[in-house]
Amino acid sequence: MESKSDSYAGSLVASLLSRMRRFLFHVLSTGPIPNHIAFILDGNRRYAKKQKLKEGMGHRAGFLALMSLMKYCYELGVKYVTIYAFSIDNFKRQPEEVQGLMDLMLEKIEGLLKEESIVNQYGVRVYFIGNLKLLNAPVRDAAAKAMKATANNDKSILLICVAYTSTDEIVHAAQEAIEEKWGETQESSKASGAQNSDICQEKHKGHRTIKLADIERHIYMGLAPDPDILVRTSGESRLSNFLLWQTSTCLLYSPKALWPEIGLRHIVWAVLNFQRVHPYLEKRRKQV
Amino acid sequence: MACLVNSSAFAFSGISPLHSRSDSVSRRSNFPYRTPTTVSIKNMPSKQDALRFPPLCQHGGTTRQGRRKTLSPIKSMQDHEALPEGLKPELMPKHVAIILDGNRRWAKEKGLSMELGHLSGGRVIKNIAFLCNKWGVKVLSIFAFSTENWTRPKEEVDFLMGLFEEVGQTYMDEVTRYNVKISAIGDKSKLPEPLQELVATAEETTRGNTGLHLLVALNYSGRYDIMQATKSIAGKVKDGIFQVEDINEILFEKELKTGCAKFPNPDLLIRTSGEQRISNFYLWQLAYTEIFFSKKKFPDFNEEDFIEALSSFQKRERRYGGNK
Repeated sequence: MESKSDSYAGSLVASLLSRMRRFLFHVLSTGPIPNHIAFILDGNRRYAKKQKLKEGMGHRAGFLALMSLMKYCYELGVKYVTIYAFSIDNFKRQPEEVQGLMDLMLEKIEGLLKEESIVNQYGVRVYFIGNLKLLNAPVRDAAAKAMKATANNDKSILLICVAYTSTDEIVHAAQEAIEEKWGETQESSKASGAQNSDICQEKHKGHRTIKLADIERHIYMGLAPDPDILVRTSGESRLSNFLLWQTSTCLLYSPKALWPEIGLRHIVWAVLNFQRVHPYLEKRRKQV
Repeated sequence: MACLVNSSAFAFSGISPLHSRSDSVSRRSNFPYRTPTTVSIKNMPSKQDALRFPPLCQHGGTTRQGRRKTLSPIKSMQDHEALPEGLKPELMPKHVAIILDGNRRWAKEKGLSMELGHLSGGRVIKNIAFLCNKWGVKVLSIFAFSTENWTRPKEEVDFLMGLFEEVGQTYMDEVTRYNVKISAIGDKSKLPEPLQELVATAEETTRGNTGLHLLVALNYSGRYDIMQATKSIAGKVKDGIFQVEDINEILFEKELKTGCAKFPNPDLLIRTSGEQRISNFYLWQLAYTEIFFSKKKFPDFNEEDFIEALSSFQKRERRYGGNK
């Protein structure tokens, strides 16, 4: 009897909190809401140390925080959420930690595909962004499966950056753009049956015509607009090779909370700051 | 070279930027500033107002009687003073970058003109450059003019171009004396012709200097830099210098405009005025840079604030994605 009443009280409180949260989001929505928020999930290991947890448990606590955060963002009306789950630089960590993270990723990707997961609840389409060839086969296959399974979801988008660094992304985009231009130039030379000297001139023109749009077409994150807010937890104020190309005009916010400690108040604060600078940034965007 | 202020812009009615006395410019034989003839000052600052910057050169300044001391030649920019208390020499950043934000808002708050805001900001640049040199920072980058700044009012853009030119002409001797190397990074082809020539001369004249390397970002943006690097690499692929498969991060980084510096990537980026964004300054180069946001508007950013930024930098744990 007691456990039934406890669970009734618990669900009542949860329902009340949910209503309060929705009311708060309704108030926030009177101003502009960011379309895209990116997160650097920093501080899991420090959290585990602080809470005296076993190694690896910090990342699991971080995953729970991520689920809450996604819920808040999608309820607020943020369409794109990007997370920096695993950097190419993170391969430098201890092999046990890297393996632990790969196992956790595999477990959680499979969890995302379940009926009751947040992804299906909120109609989230999932993309895995990065140099996926660097991942082991099981994780790579699970990622491909998750992308295929959520391909019909169209309410919001979750971009999970794994085996990602921005410099790798830019180099990859440059390579693809150059290869594409090179290919176009060669094809047009063959088609016109040009003489040798004309081929040289065509090649010469080809390299001059690489444009911004060519880079943006090949950049991994080209699926989404640039983030409006980049949140990095744990108080560190650096980008750590994340979304360098995309965050040129983005609001940077670095709360001191460790990633597993991130909560609703941090999102609300970030959105309020975004609303403060939004008119100026919109004006600048139109001018440029 | 950027917004190095010509403080005797204020001196037309005898206001000294360094002293409360109204010594006229002409009486100071070694006074480093000349009146810019093209600056139009709409509002007069008061003597107490905003112009109380410490003298830049430690070897200059005035005697108690208000007579200017003779500036002695500086042999090396590494001539030395101990760091302020709390700063460790081994933890000093090699490359500091600054987004000098807030000149216009500062001027508006003080009831001054936009021109005075920029002039005051330029004075701060000079102070920071001096401190960097004194304290062993090897490279200082300043975001003087962005590719997006062309959308500002014409009057302001013309003023800034004129100011860059004036400052470049005025301070060339001092730059040489302080052994500073100047490099202008950005799309210089869009700058006015006289400024382009001045920039080329400044770079040529200071090419062999071995002191502080001052990177002045003029008509620069991070995306422009990445695009020009891509085009440059495309050209080299076309010429058979290397293959597409050879393109990697090291090669790409060398093609960026900052490739001219010994330490191309900033260790510390400071942005003033409280705004927390990069505004299309360095993008690639900021991959692992520690960022410090100061609430002060740039003309108010003083030595103490710079020490605070350096101190914050020195306390940070830089893991580069790996282990502690």
